[in-house]
Amino acid sequence: MYTEDRQEAVKEKLYKDLERRIVASPTGLCPVDLTASFVRLCLSESCGKCTPCRVGLNKLAKLLDKVLDNEASLATLDLIRDTAMAIYVSSDCAIGQEAGKLVLNSIEGCYDDYKEHVQNGNCTCNSKTPVSCVNMCPAHVDIPGYIALVKEGRYDDAVNLIRHKNPFPIACAYICEHPCELRCKRMIIDAPINIRGIKRVAIEKSKNPKLPKQNEDTGKSVAIIGGGPSGLSAAYYLRLMGHRVTIYDQRMKLGGMLRYGIPSYRLPRKRLDEEIDFILSTGIDVKLNVSIGKDIDISELKEKYDAIYIAIGAHTDKKIGIEGEDAKGVISAVEMLRSIGDDTMPSYEGKRVIVVGGGNVAMDVARSSIRLKAKTVDILYRRRKADMTALNDEIAGAEAEGVNIIELMSPVAIVKDSNGCVSGIRVKPQMTGKIEKGRPKPVDKNEEEKLIPCDMIIVAVGQGIEGKHFEDKGIGVKRGNIATFDSGSIKDFDGVFAGGDCVTGPATVIKAIAAGRVAAANIDEYLGFYHEIISDIDIPRVSFDDKVPCGRVELKIKEARERKDNFDPIEESMSDEEVLQECSRCLRCDHFGFGVFKGGRSTKW
Amino acid sequence: MVRLTIDDRNIEVKEGTTILEAARENGINIPTLCFLKDINEIAACRVCVVEVVGLEKCVTACNNEVKEGMKIYTNSKKAREVRRLNIELILSDHNFTCPTCIRNGNCKLQNLAKEFGITENRFEVSFEKKTWDKTLPLIRDFTRCVKCMRCVQVCDKVQSLNVWDVVNTGVRTTVNVRENKKIGDVNCSYCGQCIVNCPVGALSERDDVKEVLKAIDSKEKITIVQVAPAVRTAYGEGLSLSREVATEKRLAGILKALGFNYVFDTVFSADMTIMEEGSEFLERLDDIRSTGLPMFTSCCPGWLRFIKSEYPDMVPRLSSAKSPQGMFGALAKSYYADILKVPEDKIYSISIMPCLAKKDEETLDDNHDIDAVLTTRELVRLIESSMIDVKNIKETDFDSPLGVGSGAGVIFGVTGGVMEAALRSAYYLVNKKNPDADAFKDVRGLDGYKEATFDFGNGVKVKVAVVHSLSNARKLIEKIKRKEVTYDFVEVMACPGGCINGGGQIINIDGSDLAARSSVLYGLDKNNNIRFSHDNPEVIACYKNYLGKPLSELSHKLLHRDHVKEMMKVKGA
Repeated sequence: MYTEDRQEAVKEKLYKDLERRIVASPTGLCPVDLTASFVRLCLSESCGKCTPCRVGLNKLAKLLDKVLDNEASLATLDLIRDTAMAIYVSSDCAIGQEAGKLVLNSIEGCYDDYKEHVQNGNCTCNSKTPVSCVNMCPAHVDIPGYIALVKEGRYDDAVNLIRHKNPFPIACAYICEHPCELRCKRMIIDAPINIRGIKRVAIEKSKNPKLPKQNEDTGKSVAIIGGGPSGLSAAYYLRLMGHRVTIYDQRMKLGGMLRYGIPSYRLPRKRLDEEIDFILSTGIDVKLNVSIGKDIDISELKEKYDAIYIAIGAHTDKKIGIEGEDAKGVISAVEMLRSIGDDTMPSYEGKRVIVVGGGNVAMDVARSSIRLKAKTVDILYRRRKADMTALNDEIAGAEAEGVNIIELMSPVAIVKDSNGCVSGIRVKPQMTGKIEKGRPKPVDKNEEEKLIPCDMIIVAVGQGIEGKHFEDKGIGVKRGNIATFDSGSIKDFDGVFAGGDCVTGPATVIKAIAAGRVAAANIDEYLGFYHEIISDIDIPRVSFDDKVPCGRVELKIKEARERKDNFDPIEESMSDEEVLQECSRCLRCDHFGFGVFKGGRSTKW
Repeated sequence: MVRLTIDDRNIEVKEGTTILEAARENGINIPTLCFLKDINEIAACRVCVVEVVGLEKCVTACNNEVKEGMKIYTNSKKAREVRRLNIELILSDHNFTCPTCIRNGNCKLQNLAKEFGITENRFEVSFEKKTWDKTLPLIRDFTRCVKCMRCVQVCDKVQSLNVWDVVNTGVRTTVNVRENKKIGDVNCSYCGQCIVNCPVGALSERDDVKEVLKAIDSKEKITIVQVAPAVRTAYGEGLSLSREVATEKRLAGILKALGFNYVFDTVFSADMTIMEEGSEFLERLDDIRSTGLPMFTSCCPGWLRFIKSEYPDMVPRLSSAKSPQGMFGALAKSYYADILKVPEDKIYSISIMPCLAKKDEETLDDNHDIDAVLTTRELVRLIESSMIDVKNIKETDFDSPLGVGSGAGVIFGVTGGVMEAALRSAYYLVNKKNPDADAFKDVRGLDGYKEATFDFGNGVKVKVAVVHSLSNARKLIEKIKRKEVTYDFVEVMACPGGCINGGGQIINIDGSDLAARSSVLYGLDKNNNIRFSHDNPEVIACYKNYLGKPLSELSHKLLHRDHVKEMMKVKGA
């Protein structure tokens, strides 16, 4: 028996520091260099008992150095592979085995790069990510720029700067999945900046955002099919460029999944309307309640307009594919969220609701069901809670509001009563199994099926696109999505572009927005123009205070008991002191590090 | 205004001033290495760090602005020791075999080591050992690169060609041709601006001095040397001569002393260029007006490489006139060979140029009219190595009949000069009388993009533009393509300021005084009795005795080029 000494405590902190640093790694690093340093780390963990681990890893590290120093040949690569394989299959424990596997994965997955090092002394990779947040944001919004503006209280400028690349600052302030925070360099010191929280302050405090200067009329016209985030983004930028834009949408109101897929407690409709009105103020024609394929044909649009952008999203539901799914009382998440999209709320009073699925949409419908006064809400999931694709905050939020999660249960059949209404769901207990594609696969457990009685089942197991009309017209559909080139253009359909969920499959709002902007640029080019969208906002200079470790301010969520019986927004903005502290945590990668040299700021696109 | 203290001195400077500027304005020296004003303010070398009271970490002076109430120490123990260590680190990563370095005595790192009294290094020295193709004009020595990134930035921002880039990561990070390509396979213009901005000896010209010495020593060859106008503005800087001593006539004397058989002036052939180009311009004016596309000057080889790789569709808009170097080379091996009554292959023709790309222009010429091109820097090395006491060399006239030049020809070496010289003669061709020699001075000056319109009378109005540095050339061509502007005649020089700041010029590690170099040329113009190319008696004689008239059949054969045909030779075009 011994007590943990001081040295162990220091090492523990070093591990933690390194852990955060690894998470914050920029993309595009040299795989050989990384592998060489990982091997050294593995080697330092070796107890030294068995040969392959003790000697082999050291040899691997040196061979990798030779590759990096252009002193190796293709035969060296073979030797690296053989050595790594021997370490993997003949080491005595996981420390050696997995280190060998790591090198094998690296050399096999990145062989071209190894070869380039050996043959030409170069790396095929180049770290082109001077500003991680900007790089990780699909729309490449100037994040350090708007953080600096918010810090100085220039909220209008902050919002205008966001709109230079993303016309949905308000929606994104509420619901963006903020991939920008994933590799925030601040993590090397403590934790990522709360970027979405800062954006929330910007949109709360901005009073007079201004529309950028629009180009004069080009005389060209573009039809946009689908008024969701992607379609509206494309429309906004095409208008700024001076083209005439008409949006066709099959629903009563614009917004797509922002309105008919995201419940209003996460995105208040008043704010969404405000956002859409701002976009429409550029002068966009809107035709609502028009369904392409039913009310108007795409070939008619092709004749009427110089270009078309298809951004119909992914609004159809996927079925579980079990017996009894046609029972009354079984609805899809898409249907449910659509029905509450316009803020008219049905009542689920007294109902026992089962939600099938484990993604964010499952959480949205479960939490909405609670708000519609359901008696009980259970989420049924085949895997473990830890395997759910929903964000942790969403899962915790749902549970706090009273949602019960039934994990490791697979639906087998839906049971109907004599009227054909759902009366329960039969489930088979599961156990977690081998990991495939990064997630453990559930397998049947040797236990009896169970019956869970319920009055309503909401199926949230995925969405697809309504692409039949387009497919009938000859537009290629691949794995259920519209097939496009990288530019968004479609094979054999001159002037027709597509983007957003209908191309990628169900993804995030910010990806759809980015696709809309890319489409606008490519359509502009297709129409024979090269308009530039320019931002002339002057960004505050940096301050160079020492960056001492400091906690990250989280947005406060209303108490569960206050939020669970209404659709009022649940998330509160930051206070003035909080936002100042949070903005001051920003490391200004646009100025420090690689950013000041290359790629720190692009003021036009 | 912002008030602060630097080294306990109360200082007041304008808002937005950097710490470095604030210190320098007040006579406080902060050392720099990578810093290049407006171009490279990236705080890479960490040599300019200072201590700010209240901060644990040092702050770079070059790219951080002063703040109200700041207390800065530029020479505190912390600042001094950190800087010193950083210089030691740079040295340990650098092949500092100074005596054999091309920049020995003219090196920012060498100076820093001396200033910091670094007489030993605590680190093991190791540096990269990549190799480079030494046959092309631009030479990179990886072992000496200090990764200041100036070359990358100059090429990106000033020349818009993005030839250089940072490659690899971590300790193996280096500067190389972008995407790890070979220099001969990309659109490098060979302007050499990366060389003149390199603080150390990592970039240089291919050294052709040995070839030239061989020719001087050869009994078989007659060496004929020409000296470009801009060389006379800078060679004295390299030899530590005052401007009064470093005249063009002293240079002629020095070249004689070096053993060249005939010493001529490229200004003569600059005048020939004006005759041909000016006549061509008037001949093409109708076409220029109907197409809305200008004629471009063709004497800058960096610009020629640029247009051929970047805007091949614009190549037919180039004047077909050879550069002064090219015209001189052709005449030396024809007209002058006839005068000497020797076969042309007996002549070894050398040109001294402020330019790197001229070494490449030579290789594009099928006739090999020019046998070797030396930059101003090579000339200085040649002079130094021959142990000539330059101060005691007497001023000498250039040889005749290729040695007389007009004031118009001499200003070829500075931005706007070719245009001004051409306008002087074009005016004469239109009106059959000379204008005031200074009538076109609106095209002078160091602004990057100049425009002017001149009324020649007789209903002829000429709209011209003058740009220097290739990013401005790009800007201009893009405007033309977007039909935002139309010009009749456009002068382009690849280097900022023109040849006075050419990629082959003398390097001053703290920047060259372009105004001083430019005033040398305008002074020579002003004091010349002949201000017009068409009044140069040796030009008149050349036409009378040999070529006939401008644009004659023989002129076309000797003095013009087919740019479209030559485009094949420019990689990337």
